[in-house]
Amino acid sequence: MTDDWTLVIKPKKRLLDLDLKSLWRYRDLWYMYVRRDIVTFYKQTILGPLWFLIQPVLTTIMYMFVFGGLAKISTDGAPQPLFYLSGIMLWNYFSDSFNASSNVFTNNASVFGKVYFPRLVVPLAGLTSNLLKLLIQLVLFILVYIGYRIAGVQLPIRPALLLFPFLVLLLAFHALSWGLIISSVTSKYRDLKFLVAFGLQLFMYATPIIYPLSAATGRIRTALELNPLTPIFEAFKYGCLGCGTLSWGGLLYSTVFMLVMLFISLIVFNRVERNFMDTV
Amino acid sequence: MSDIAIQFENVGKLYHLGSVGTGTLSHDLNRWWQTKILRKEDPYLRIGETNDRAHRGNSDFVWALRDINFEVKQGEVVGIIGKNGAGKSTLLKLLSRVTAPTTGVIRAKGRIASLLEVGTGFHQEMTGRENIYMNGAIMGMTRAEISRKLDAIVDFAGVERYLDTPVKRYSSGMTVRLGFAVAAFLEPEILVVDEVLAVGDAEFQKKAIGKMQDVSRGEGRTVLFVSHNMAAVRSLCQRGVVLEDGGMAFDGGVNEAVDYYINGSSLAEDGLIIDSIQKKKSYLDLKEILINGTPANRTSLKPRQEFLDIVIRGTTQEAMKCEVKFIIKKMDGTPMAALIEGQYTGKLLDLPTGTFEIIKHVRLPKYLADGEYLVDLMLHQPYIQNFFVAINCLTLNINGFCDAFAHPLRLNEEGFIGLCSE
Repeated sequence: MTDDWTLVIKPKKRLLDLDLKSLWRYRDLWYMYVRRDIVTFYKQTILGPLWFLIQPVLTTIMYMFVFGGLAKISTDGAPQPLFYLSGIMLWNYFSDSFNASSNVFTNNASVFGKVYFPRLVVPLAGLTSNLLKLLIQLVLFILVYIGYRIAGVQLPIRPALLLFPFLVLLLAFHALSWGLIISSVTSKYRDLKFLVAFGLQLFMYATPIIYPLSAATGRIRTALELNPLTPIFEAFKYGCLGCGTLSWGGLLYSTVFMLVMLFISLIVFNRVERNFMDTV
Repeated sequence: MSDIAIQFENVGKLYHLGSVGTGTLSHDLNRWWQTKILRKEDPYLRIGETNDRAHRGNSDFVWALRDINFEVKQGEVVGIIGKNGAGKSTLLKLLSRVTAPTTGVIRAKGRIASLLEVGTGFHQEMTGRENIYMNGAIMGMTRAEISRKLDAIVDFAGVERYLDTPVKRYSSGMTVRLGFAVAAFLEPEILVVDEVLAVGDAEFQKKAIGKMQDVSRGEGRTVLFVSHNMAAVRSLCQRGVVLEDGGMAFDGGVNEAVDYYINGSSLAEDGLIIDSIQKKKSYLDLKEILINGTPANRTSLKPRQEFLDIVIRGTTQEAMKCEVKFIIKKMDGTPMAALIEGQYTGKLLDLPTGTFEIIKHVRLPKYLADGEYLVDLMLHQPYIQNFFVAINCLTLNINGFCDAFAHPLRLNEEGFIGLCSE
């Protein structure tokens, strides 16, 4: 009687034990979490899913007024609404996904405390529901884009645009891995929670969203290029707005950075997952 | 293939008392230094103490569970009982993989579904239907599986009318019914249930217990059941495990386990009946209480014993209109027989101020079931006042009655009193 156990619960397990098989078995739970996120978002609202669009539109108008109108920050020749909308759309995806995964443990403590399922289901569902939101906003972006073209504004469409799915994937996994590390640490030491909200805001300004990378020179530019999100935003703007740069080196750097972080985050997450109920 | 479904081997769980987060970073660093760099034993694992919540210990670490060793056979229904904080829930948490053990190994065969709470993951804004899917998915069911069972679940919960209403509009009882209904239609090989039946109305509790019986008896599944409801434990389980301060105190038949637990908790050590008085009028001074000729809180009725004597001696500074109330109960508290003569004849004793002596010569039924019973003794004026109250003041051992080659009655199968025919 040695081998017919289907489940062995031990104090320690391997450093990296992803258990993709059971993750796959719980795909319906992933679906339900996505559905829950979407459905509960607009419960008891009159405008319903329209809110997914209203938020970025209002933010874009505000940016046009503050950064474009008052501060006169260049958009490198691209029309302001498109420039800001593209940045906001991608940034929102990153920050929402990051928030979803960085709150995995604290927001779901009551559920995690009662039932076992692969915890990774929850952050992955967060990425997915935010992806749906991104797609809805993308439709808005495309409509505005077409509007500008009809109005006769010259907007290039470059083959680099084909990278879009890859860019989104990169953003998603950057958000996931950073978020998981934060969530693992905050489950025990709450201090970080306060820093994170502030840090995220700061980080937005360190990413070329409201300004083009070309506006920075010297050491500031080097610093911005060290930000692994920079090449992603630049590549998207390069693909459809005609501003920005496509840097293969930068994208490679971003990818490697993401993979290393993802690896670390999964190890940390794995460790915390086992015992976080005792410390949360 | 052996028929063991779950095996606990030296399982232990250490908890850190006090507030987590103060000093944990330094402890973490120290632990890491000691174990990983110096390759020594974990400094915090040695100093844990047993889990006795009432006494202050010297250590910040406590073993919520320690040295748990037992096996559960396939199809067995095991009740886990113990006082609050004895480690029952921790044990279930380990088994349902909510948290990992500190030492030891648990091995299991088959899918484990744990019901540590009803309606886990219910979202207030979602409708009953959506929540059935959500909750089912959390428990490990697939969508197809839930769709197949949806009608049965809704029917069992009895909430059809509210199916498309958000759960926040439900009464708390309805939420619980819905949650339990989903869980009832899981089909795991091993079902782990924590005190969830304490909610819902009487009709639903009956339904829930019935469902659990079907699951265990009819479908041959293994069930681990934690509850403080001894009647439910007795009716559901075959085997009982008693936990005490994180360790195993008893493992055996469910009736013995329940008796062990109740004895252990209500009559801790041998004492006197008079010491178990919980309430007393200040003008009343009791000198002596004898039941069955002894002042001790433990006595036996022999076979063929026809009478039981109750003697109460004392003094009172106020006149009392009273009578003796004497109740024999099962170990789980169910009353079996009572002497409350004033209540059915209306005649009470008149005790003037001063010294008194009450002697009751109680005729016993001839055929009593053997076993251990608890006794309550009171001096009261029916429906008006109690002069003294002594709940669980005596453990009465009844040896039962049998003639020649016959057998005494068994309490749980045949009842307390044997009837005679002419």
